[in-house]
Formats: sequence, C-alpha cells, structure tokens
Amino acid sequence: MNPNSILEVKDLHAWFGSIEVVKGISMVALEHTVTAMIGPSGCGKSTFIRCLNRLHEESPGARATGQVLLENRDIYEKKVDPVSIRRRVGMVFQKPNPFPSMSIFDNVVAGLRLAGVRRSSTLKEIVEHSLQAAALWDEVKDKLHALGTSLSGGQQQRLCIARALAVEPKVLLMDEPTSALDPISTGKIEELLTELRKKVTVIIVTHNMQQAARISDQTAFFLSGELIEFGETSQVFTAPKKEQTERYITGRFG
Amino acid sequence: MERHFDTSLRELKEQLVVMASWVERAIEEATQGLQLSSLERLENVYELEKKINQSHMSVDSACLKLLALQQPLATDLRLIFAIIKINTDLERMGDQAVNISRNAREYIQAPPMKPLIDLPIMFQEVRQMVGVALDSFVKSNENLARDVLQRDDRVDALKNKIFKDTLEHLKTHADQIEQGLTLILIARNLERIGDHSTNIAEDVIFALTGEDVRHASQAATIKNVLKSSS
Ligand SMILES: Nc1ncnc2c1ncn2[C@@H]1O[C@H](COP(=O)(O)OP(=O)(O)O)[C@@H](O)[C@H]1O
Ligand SMILES: [Mg+2]
Repeated sequence: MNPNSILEVKDLHAWFGSIEVVKGISMVALEHTVTAMIGPSGCGKSTFIRCLNRLHEESPGARATGQVLLENRDIYEKKVDPVSIRRRVGMVFQKPNPFPSMSIFDNVVAGLRLAGVRRSSTLKEIVEHSLQAAALWDEVKDKLHALGTSLSGGQQQRLCIARALAVEPKVLLMDEPTSALDPISTGKIEELLTELRKKVTVIIVTHNMQQAARISDQTAFFLSGELIEFGETSQVFTAPKKEQTERYITGRFG
Repeated sequence: MERHFDTSLRELKEQLVVMASWVERAIEEATQGLQLSSLERLENVYELEKKINQSHMSVDSACLKLLALQQPLATDLRLIFAIIKINTDLERMGDQAVNISRNAREYIQAPPMKPLIDLPIMFQEVRQMVGVALDSFVKSNENLARDVLQRDDRVDALKNKIFKDTLEHLKTHADQIEQGLTLILIARNLERIGDHSTNIAEDVIFALTGEDVRHASQAATIKNVLKSSS
C-alpha cells in the first residue's frame, strides 16, 4: 500500500433497511490531498462519506460493511469507538449548523470540552488557532462571545470548519459545504481549502463541476451507488475514461 | 436532447468551415496564379486574406464567450481548445498564401528561369494535405487526421528536392539568383502550410481522443535511431 495513504476504503457497502445505496466502493485518499465526489443527486455520495466517520450507522435501519482504513486501522473493527473516529474524521455539512445557543468561542471548543479539555488558556489558544485556520479570526476576534448564529451564512460555515478543525482531525469530510452560500463566501471557502490541505486530507462532495475542477486533486464520479471513475482531476475533466462520466460532466446526462 | 451549448458549438464549427474554405481558395489562387502567370489571380489572395482575418477574430471571440459562459469540460473543452488552435493555424495559412502570392508576383515578372516541375507537384500535395486535414475536422474523422500526419514527410522531401535542384541550377545560372531564391521561398511557404495542416490534424486527434500526438513521430524517430545503432 501507498505510504502516504491516510484513508483507504475497501469494498464498502451501505444500506438503508434492505436498500443498498453504496455498492462496493474501493478507493484511496493520500495525505494532504483534496478529493472531490461528484454525481447526480441520490447516487450515494452523502451516504458514502457518512460511512467514513461512522455517521451512517446513526440513521435508523442503516448499516455498512467493508473496511475503512484510517491510518492503516479499520474504523469498523469491533472495539473501535465511533465517537473517537468522529474526532479524527471531522465533518462539515451543507447547511451551516453552529450550535444555536452557543457563542462563537463555545462553538469552536464544544468538541474539546466534550473530550475533557478544561484549561482556559489552552482553549483560548485553540480557538484563535482554529479560527485563523478557518480564515474567520479577523472578522470575529472582537466578538468571540456573540452567538454563532449571529454571523452571516458564509461566516457560520467557516465557524463550522473551525469547530471541526479544533479537535485536529486527520480527515475533513465536507458535504456540499458551499451550496447554500453566495459566490463570495464560496470563494473564501475554496481559498481556505488550499490552506487546509496542508493540515488535513479533504473529501468534499460538490454539485459544482467547476468547483471540483478548481479545488481537488482527485475526482470520484459516483452513479447509482457505484464508483464509475476515479482519477486525477485534470484527467477526469479533460479526458474522462468512461462514457458515463463524459455524459455527466458535459451535461448530456439522462 | 440537444443542449444550448451544442447549438453554439455547431455554429462555431460552421463558421470555422467557411473560414477554411477561404483558406483553401487563397492557396488555390496563389498557386494557380503562379502556374498560369496570372497577376489577377494572385490579387484575389489579398481579398480572401482580409476575410480570413475577420473570421479569425470573430471565431476567437466566439470561443472566448463559450468558455466564459458555458465552462465546457471533457470533449466539449477539447473541441473548443482545438477550434481555437485550428483558427490560428488557418489564419497563418492565409498569411502564407499571401506570401506565396507576393513571391509569385516577383517570379512571374522576372525573366523566365526554367520550367517548374516539382513545385506543381508540391502544390498538389499541399492542397491535398490541407483538404484532408480540414475534412478530418469537419467529419470528426481520426483516420483522415492520421493520414495527414503521414503526408508531411512527402511534402518535406519535395521541399528539400526543390531547394537542392534550384541551388544546383544556380551554380551554372548565376544571373537567375533572384528568381531562384524566390522559388525557394515559395517552397518554404508551402512547407509551412503543410506544417499548419499537420497541426490541425493533431488538434483533431486530441479533440476526438484526448491523445496528444504532437512530437510523437520525433520520439519514434529517436527510438528507431537508437534501435538501429545498437
Ligand atoms: N435516511 C434515509 N433513509 C432511507 N433512504 C435514504 C436516507 N438517506 C438517503 N437515502 C436514500 O439513499 C440514496 C442515496 O442518498 P444520498 O447518499 O443522500 O445521495 P447523494 O448524497 O448522492 O444525493 C438515495 O436513494 C436516498 O433516497
Ligand atoms: Mg448528498
């Protein structure tokens, strides 16, 4: 196996009840890369990435089989605690979801407090550090105790990114993180990604082909729960190998 | 299901095909003008070149607009990329037709030198090469495009022969040095037109397959040389 592989998925299947929505996916993400997941709605992108931090199994009737090796250890091994996995594999959702009654500060450190970190100097340091990393510090440093929900949509999303980064994850999963944002906020998050990849490995679901092309190193094209094509982004968008990929990215689908 | 983009692409392709027909005409007029010693036909090249230049600009701006508004990917992207490059090649071919016309004018106004033998053959070869290259684009036909790449060597060989024979002739006809040089220039202009046809063929292959075949023959030649010397 590749020494730089941080996340390796082997024959992953996922179900909702008796319906299989992820059908035997295998792929590898290398350290400090951005992988874009594209594909039509309902093809299983969200379900797939939710399997990568064991969030999928939280849905009623949901289950998964296969292996997900995070730094060489299978996160689906029996004795593994899902909560510890979610600290190492963070997630940012489509709709910014800061904890509604919490200040900006408390939002960022919520995960750390849960993990038992109490020292206020440590927390302060991490808040500044995480907000810097999420390119939000300058905008909020004078109002850390304002409610997280008082920020604009784009700022809230960056707050969620800061919150995810605060626990120093290895991998950051992002499910259409800019689809609810305006172009300027989107641009900020895209810019941020080029910085973030120095610290974490990013797997991002996006409906925006140009966004995938701009920000990612590899692109995975999903269709009906299957991985149709997985390759270098520049190759996938200039000369895709599969006819289905070609049709999807040129808008000839259906 | 036809996309809006397909309509724009079709229009763009049509525009390029019209431009290509002017380029073919310009080469035709330049070469016929020389062979028939017709100043009038040589003059026609200038009118055609004006139209080619107009079209060059308008195709470019149409491509730019499509890139900006449609942000094409995959085959769409490769096709637009090819069109932009073919557009430039066509414009340069128009320039070369003008160069031939200019050189031919000098040639036919000077005292006659010797009957032209290889040059008409080269005219014929290059016109065919241009024709096949443009056909490969219009018909999206990879085989035709590969055929063009084969023809390039023949054109080069003809050019070399014209160079050599003309220089040989000039050794004993020093008074005809100007005509001789003009002839060599014309052969050079034609060779350039051949090169542009090769570029077009390579762009067509890239648009159709995603394969970059440029400089491949060079690599193959080097390989063969290495093989035969070992
Ligand atoms: N909670 C759920 N219960 C049952 N089926 C679901 C649930 N969430 C998603 N699905 C179904 O699973 C399939 C994959 O969905 P999803 O992973 O959200 O796709 P995508 O993110 O690519 O749009 C879809 O057919 C969807 O309807
Ligand atoms: Mg989804």
